[in-house]
This record gives sequence, structure tokens and C-alpha cells, in this order.
Amino acid sequence: MGAPFIKMQGIVKKFPGVVANDHIDLDIYLGEIHALLGENGSGKSTLMSVLAGLYKPTAGKILINGVEKKFGSPRDAIANGIGMVHQHFKLVEPLTVAENITMAEREGSFWLKLGKYEHELIQFGAKYGLSVNPSALVWQLSVGEKQRVEILRILYQGSQVLILDEPTAVLTPQETCELFENLRTMANEGCAVIFITHKLNEVQALADRVTVLRGGKVTGVLQRDEIETKRLVRLMVGRDVVSHYDRKNVSDGQIVLEIDRVNALNDMGLPGLNGLSLVVREGEILGLAGVAGNGQRELAEVIAGLRKTTMGTVRLRGEDVTNLSPLEMIRRGVGYVPEDRMGMGLIPELNITDNLVLKCYQHPRFSGRWLLNNREIYNKSTQLVEQYQVKIPSLEQPIKLLSGGNMQRLLLAREIANEPKLMVVVYPVRGLDVGATEAVHKLLLELRLRRTAILLISEDLDEIFKLADRVGVLSRGQVVGDFNVEDADVEEIGLLMAGSAKGVENDVCPR
Amino acid sequence: MFVPVRLEKRLVPSPVMRIMVPLVSVIMALVFCGIFLAITGRDPLEVYAAMFAGALGSAYGLSETVVKAIPLMLCALGISVAFRMQLWNIGAEGQFYIGAFAATWLPLTFPNLPGYVMIPGMILLGLAAGAMWAFIPAYLRAKSNVNEIITTLMFNYVGILLVDYFVYGPWRDPKGLNFPLTARFADAAILPTFGASRIHIGIVFALVLVFILLVAFKYSRWGYEIRVIGQSERAAAYAGMNIQRSIFYVMLISGAISGLAGMAEVSGIAGRLQPGLSPGYGYTAIIIAWLSKLNPLAIVLVSLLFGVLQVGGYLVQTFGVPATVASMVQGAILFFVVGGEIFINYSIKIASRKEALTEND
Ligand SMILES: Nc1ncnc2c1ncn2[C@@H]1O[C@H](COP(=O)(O)OP(=O)(O)O)[C@@H](O)[C@H]1O
Ligand SMILES: [Mg+2]
Repeated sequence: MGAPFIKMQGIVKKFPGVVANDHIDLDIYLGEIHALLGENGSGKSTLMSVLAGLYKPTAGKILINGVEKKFGSPRDAIANGIGMVHQHFKLVEPLTVAENITMAEREGSFWLKLGKYEHELIQFGAKYGLSVNPSALVWQLSVGEKQRVEILRILYQGSQVLILDEPTAVLTPQETCELFENLRTMANEGCAVIFITHKLNEVQALADRVTVLRGGKVTGVLQRDEIETKRLVRLMVGRDVVSHYDRKNVSDGQIVLEIDRVNALNDMGLPGLNGLSLVVREGEILGLAGVAGNGQRELAEVIAGLRKTTMGTVRLRGEDVTNLSPLEMIRRGVGYVPEDRMGMGLIPELNITDNLVLKCYQHPRFSGRWLLNNREIYNKSTQLVEQYQVKIPSLEQPIKLLSGGNMQRLLLAREIANEPKLMVVVYPVRGLDVGATEAVHKLLLELRLRRTAILLISEDLDEIFKLADRVGVLSRGQVVGDFNVEDADVEEIGLLMAGSAKGVENDVCPR
Repeated sequence: MFVPVRLEKRLVPSPVMRIMVPLVSVIMALVFCGIFLAITGRDPLEVYAAMFAGALGSAYGLSETVVKAIPLMLCALGISVAFRMQLWNIGAEGQFYIGAFAATWLPLTFPNLPGYVMIPGMILLGLAAGAMWAFIPAYLRAKSNVNEIITTLMFNYVGILLVDYFVYGPWRDPKGLNFPLTARFADAAILPTFGASRIHIGIVFALVLVFILLVAFKYSRWGYEIRVIGQSERAAAYAGMNIQRSIFYVMLISGAISGLAGMAEVSGIAGRLQPGLSPGYGYTAIIIAWLSKLNPLAIVLVSLLFGVLQVGGYLVQTFGVPATVASMVQGAILFFVVGGEIFINYSIKIASRKEALTEND
């Protein structure tokens, strides 16, 4: 294989209170696709941001072709042939593709020679199988197309090393397939591709080598022929993962939530839900799988009263509750764990007590007409924190200082304490480590035993199969398929997620 | 050479710095303006000594300081209510004038009312008019998310010009030698003062309000809602709060308090409505509210400090130093406090030489 193109040695990156990277070594060779695997928070993005010149490492060094380099900014990294596509795209939406790609060019002339660039870009893209329309405005592009523009921009800047941070998170299975093909072309052209992911099947489908991170440290480096699921899991989470929970059967119950052919618009004013229907019963978990952006948010918000429907009815325990306000839905016993924990479910700057009474401060137990009953609020918060075993130094702490797992536990505790009849949970374990994930799952299963109807919206099929009684798929604003979990088949659900009944392989394309 | 200094974000804002920064900023501002005074050939120490001696060294100076601080306090308290919810009501100046204007209507129209009707009536009119002046910006903001900074600012000009129109026109005192002034109010329409000083019971309004706001912010449902909405409208909607209604009420209350400030000034100090009733209290109060971090008690203190600067600035004119030196010091304080924020949220790490070397090699 020769000498590595990039050698990262003993990289340490500290943030206040966290060591995100703890003496990491990493070698990257030209022509390889190198996967960086690890759970959320294991330090993948941080390590690559160091390599891309965005962060300065606390310690350690980077050698390019055996020569030590110091990157003061991404510009330095680019000059050394290293470019990164971040999880959140960094494109200027109102400008065209060509303008975005050539923005960084520092060619002498004051006048932009866009015409010349556009022609060049088409040819350049064709070389890597990346077709783009250089004169299209970026905001009009699909997510997959935007990603292509980002990649093209980096290649155009002359990078030989392409870093992609969880590129498939936002893609449909077809787009994923296409991306993988493009990445292979690039590797064959002699580039190095570093591919960040936490999904095992992607590593298997794509990687020549994989480096596994856990808690900021490297736990293993595997060659193509050593890659094997069980081994990867153990390296990634440090132990074998429970493959199923003991789920006691709950007898069939009354229908709690019934949604009948509901339409709703998304934030852009386009149809988000298209005649969606579903039913959830007492003591039952309905798991809805699906690729993000197929109506997950819209559905949850319609049920919580936060989004108006344009058609159809929502019934809660027989009562028509279509388009009632959020407060009225809370009063009727709808709990909601939103996908955006920090932006909606919790208020990061406020303290734990303030966050714990968010949904119940209007209850007579906690406030009169004018004044809050601070003593009751304090008692309640103390009790919740103890009952759910959240370790915190004080109730006065802003909630933003807690770990993701503890935040989610408090959020769930708060929602469960209101004794919901119906609980809507969206991506409940996103960003949580294995321990916290199990804790959250156990809470949901307990809630089910107490006969709450639970609607679980998730992108993680494993999670759905572990928790749900019934499984459906959210696709283009509709629920397609309805299986008992015992009869459900991953293959078939994968097909439904891909949005078509035939012709597409499982959710990752084969090598 | 690379300077081995790093900023590190603090996990929790430093409580020590929270107190030190404003104090040090005041001192730095005085030093900074002192340099200017020195450049223009004055002895800064002498000027400052005269300012503070003038404002604090005599019964007259002290009472004038309080007199100036009253409208500043009231306006800043009003502003702080809105700012807590991240509603940037910068219309205190206009609300002040309209409050004064509405309060003036009563003694001009019914000059013979007894004091126990007149004063409460004027207070209510001042509150109501200030609230009304905030009504349209509040309505537009709550219903259609129109930027309240622009609307409240524009309403300032409308309010000030409206008052001008009345004092130059219909309300001009016929016996006033053509000066743009209304007739002097009957005694029943003048706020009582403390002893022989000009300090009027507007100060009591302010202090009562401080107490009410302290309680409301900390112990009331309303205060809790303001806190949540101010931090995250999405979370507030999620919790079932009525955001539009809250925006509406908060703006009205904020306007009402500034209206009360106008009433107190016209009735307690001027005794008649006139142009230039406020030398920009409503704007200075924005700075005060900001410097006080919207804390009602701090607003009292900062208003007094600004009162000192204004009275002192006025008095140093006898030295041939323009009164605007007070504005300069105020501006400099704001400048340093805003700059000093960084020390509250970040700690400065000076890497030792060795550290700097290992980082570089
Ligand atoms: N800018 C930052 N400031 C403080 N902490 C950070 C920052 N970026 C990441 N972290 C912390 O560093 C750890 C690693 O994060 P990250 O590199 O984003 O992980 P990954 O990409 O593997 O999910 C986490 O604990 C995260 O909270
Ligand atoms: Mg990441």
C-alpha cells in the first residue's frame, strides 16, 4: 500500500468538560474508502473537523506525505488537498450552483467568468459521474443534489481527500446507492474518501478499511476482509447489545388515536401529509419507520395540535379533536417527545425545574390564577429527578449542561408524569449512547404496560422491531403497510421505505 | 509572533465577572473619556470632581439626581418587561410623550377637579395612553410578526410630533406670550413632592413597580411564561402557551409603564405640557435596561448613576465643558460593558511558554 497520504498522530481535542478526541491515530491512503464508525458523540465529527482545519487540536500532529502540517483554517487544509462535506451543508441558497462552487476562487480578475466555469463544471462533474446543472439555484435543489454540489466543490478545489460527515442521514435509499457509486468512482480515480457513519451496513457495503471510535478513542482498525457485524458492534459499543427486550403481552384495548385521511402542509407550504390514516390502541406501540422527511414531523405536530390539518379528522378516544390547540391536546392527555429536544422539548437556557414544569405549570397543583406554587414545583422536580435517577448537581442548573441522555430522560419523565393517554415519540434515542438508549426504551415499555397508547416514529428499524407491537412505514406523507411485528419482515419494510414496491434492493445497495 | 492567549467558553457564566464587569466598565469609561478631556486641555480629575461633587455633594444636587433618575427608572422598567420576552420595544420615548399628553388632557379640560380625582385620573390616562401607543406595534407583531423595532421606533416620531402639534396649536396657552406651552396645571394636578425638594412621588411609583416586577418575574405564572417565550417560542407553543396573547399583553404593559413615566414627569416636574419634555429619557432607558440585565433592582441603581452623570454634566458647563460629556461617559460605559460580556461567558487562558511551544512543535 505504500506510505499513508495522511497520518494523524496522537490527536487530542478537548472541549470544556469533554475530551472529544483522546490520542487518536489514523492513517489514510490514497485510493481507499475509509469508514469512520462510532456512536453519536464518539468524536468522529470532531476528529474530521481537526483534519479539515476547522478545529485546532489540543495536542497531536498531522503529517501529509510525511511532512508535518499545521492548519490554521479550512483554507490551509484545502491547500493540502483535504476537503470536508459537513453534516449541515454550507451552501449559499440564493446563489447558483456555479456561483457556490467557484466562490472560493481567487483568480485575479474582478469580473466573474461564470460562463467559463459553468462549462468546466459540467465536464468536471461528468468525470466523477456527478451530474449537476451549474446554473440552477441552490435552494431549488433536492438534498441529494445539494450534497453533490458540495462534493463537486471540494473536488473542484483540487482536493484529493474527501471527508463526508454522515452523508446518508438525509438521503433516500436510491440517492444513497448513487452516492456510493460516485464515491467508488472517486476512489478509483485515486482520491481518498473518508466516510463517517454510525450504520454498520454502510460500512459493510462500502468500506475498504474501517476505524472504530468509542468515547473519543480508537477501539479498532479493520481491513475489508475482517469486517463483520458482531465484531464492529463490540468495538463500537464495548459490549454485545441486547437484541430484544422482554415484552409482556398486553391485552387488546380500545382505540385511543384514530387519524382518518389527514392532509397537512409542511413548513414550505407543500403537502407534508397526504391522506394519512392510522390507529393506535391502548397499551400498544405503533412503530412508524421511514426515511426522514416523509411526514414524520408533520404527523407528530398535527397530533400535538401544533400544525393545522387541511383535510381529514383526528379522533382521540372517540372525540373529534381535529385542529384543537396544543393546550387542549395536553389537557386531553397527549404527551409528545419531539425530535428536536433542544429546540422544542426543552429550553436549554432555563433550569431543570423550569423545564420540568413546562407542561403542567397551569395545573392547579402548581399555580393559582396568578402565582406559581414554587414549593410544589420544587417537590415535584425533586421527586422526578429521584424517581428517574437523573444525576444532576442541582435543580438550578441550566438544562443545557446535561448530557443528551439525561436530557432525554428528564423530558420523558416530564411527559410520563402527566399520565398521558397517548404518547407521541419521535426519534427518541437519536444521539444517545447505548446505556441511555436502553433506559429510554425501558421507560417506553413501562408506559406501554400502563396501557398508554404509544406512537413511535423512528428511522431505526432495530428500535422499531425491539419495541413496537405493530409496524407501519411512513412514505410520502402516508402510512403504507401495517404488520404485526411478529409477521413483519425487514426486507419488505425496507422496500416500503424505499418508496416503491419492486426493483429496489434492501436499504443499502450491494457491493 | 503567535500570542499564546486563548478564549475558552465557560460552562456557566462567571458570577464574579457578572459583578466585576459593570464596575470595571464604569471606571474604564471614565478613564477613556478622561483622555479626551485631557486632549482638549482640561484636567479630567477636576472635571470629574466637579461633576460628582455637583451631583452628590449637595442636597440640591442629590435631589436633582433623583429627579432625573425617576423617568429613567420608570422607562427602563417598562422596557425591561418587553426585553425579557425578547420583544425589542424601543418606543419608550413615544409612549412617554403620549402618556404625558393624555395626562395633560384632564387638567386642561377639567381644571377644577379635586386632587383625589385628578391625580388618579391622570395616572390612569397616562397608563392607558402608553399602552395604547404600544397597541398597534403589539398587534402587528402578535398577528403578523411585523418587526416591533421598526414600528415602535416610528411611533416615537409620531408621538413626539403629535404633542408638538397640540402645544403649538389647540392647547397653546393664550396667556403664554405665544410660547409653545400649555397653561400651567392647577395645583390639584401637580404630584406631591418630598419637602422642599423637586423629588415627587413618581419615585414611589417606581419603587412599587420594582417590587411588583420582582415578584412577578420570579413567582408568577406570567413571569414564567415570559421566561419561556423569551427563550424559545417553539417550546412555548409546544407547552400550549398562548404566545400571541402574551406578546400583546407584554407590549401593552411595557408601554403603559413608559406612559406612566410621562405622566409623572409632566405632573411632577414640568407642571405643563411642553416640547422637549424628555431629553431622550426613553432612549437612555434602553441603555439602562440593557446594562441592568433587565433586573429591576439593578435598574434603580443604574438609573441613579445615569442621573448623576446628567446632573453632573449639566453643572460642569460652568467650566466651559459641554454638557454632552455626560452622554459621552454613558456611551463609553455601554461600550465597555458590551465588550466586557466576553469575560462573563469566556475565560481567558494564557498559555505558558512551554504549553505554547508544545502546541507549536
Ligand atoms: N463545539 C463543541 N463544543 C463543545 N463540545 C463539543 C463540541 N463539538 C463536539 N463536542 C462534544 O464532543 C463530543 C464528540 O462530539 P462529535 O465529534 O460531534 O461526535 P460524533 O460526530 O461522533 O457524533 C461530544 O461529547 C460532543 O458533545
Ligand atoms: Mg457527528
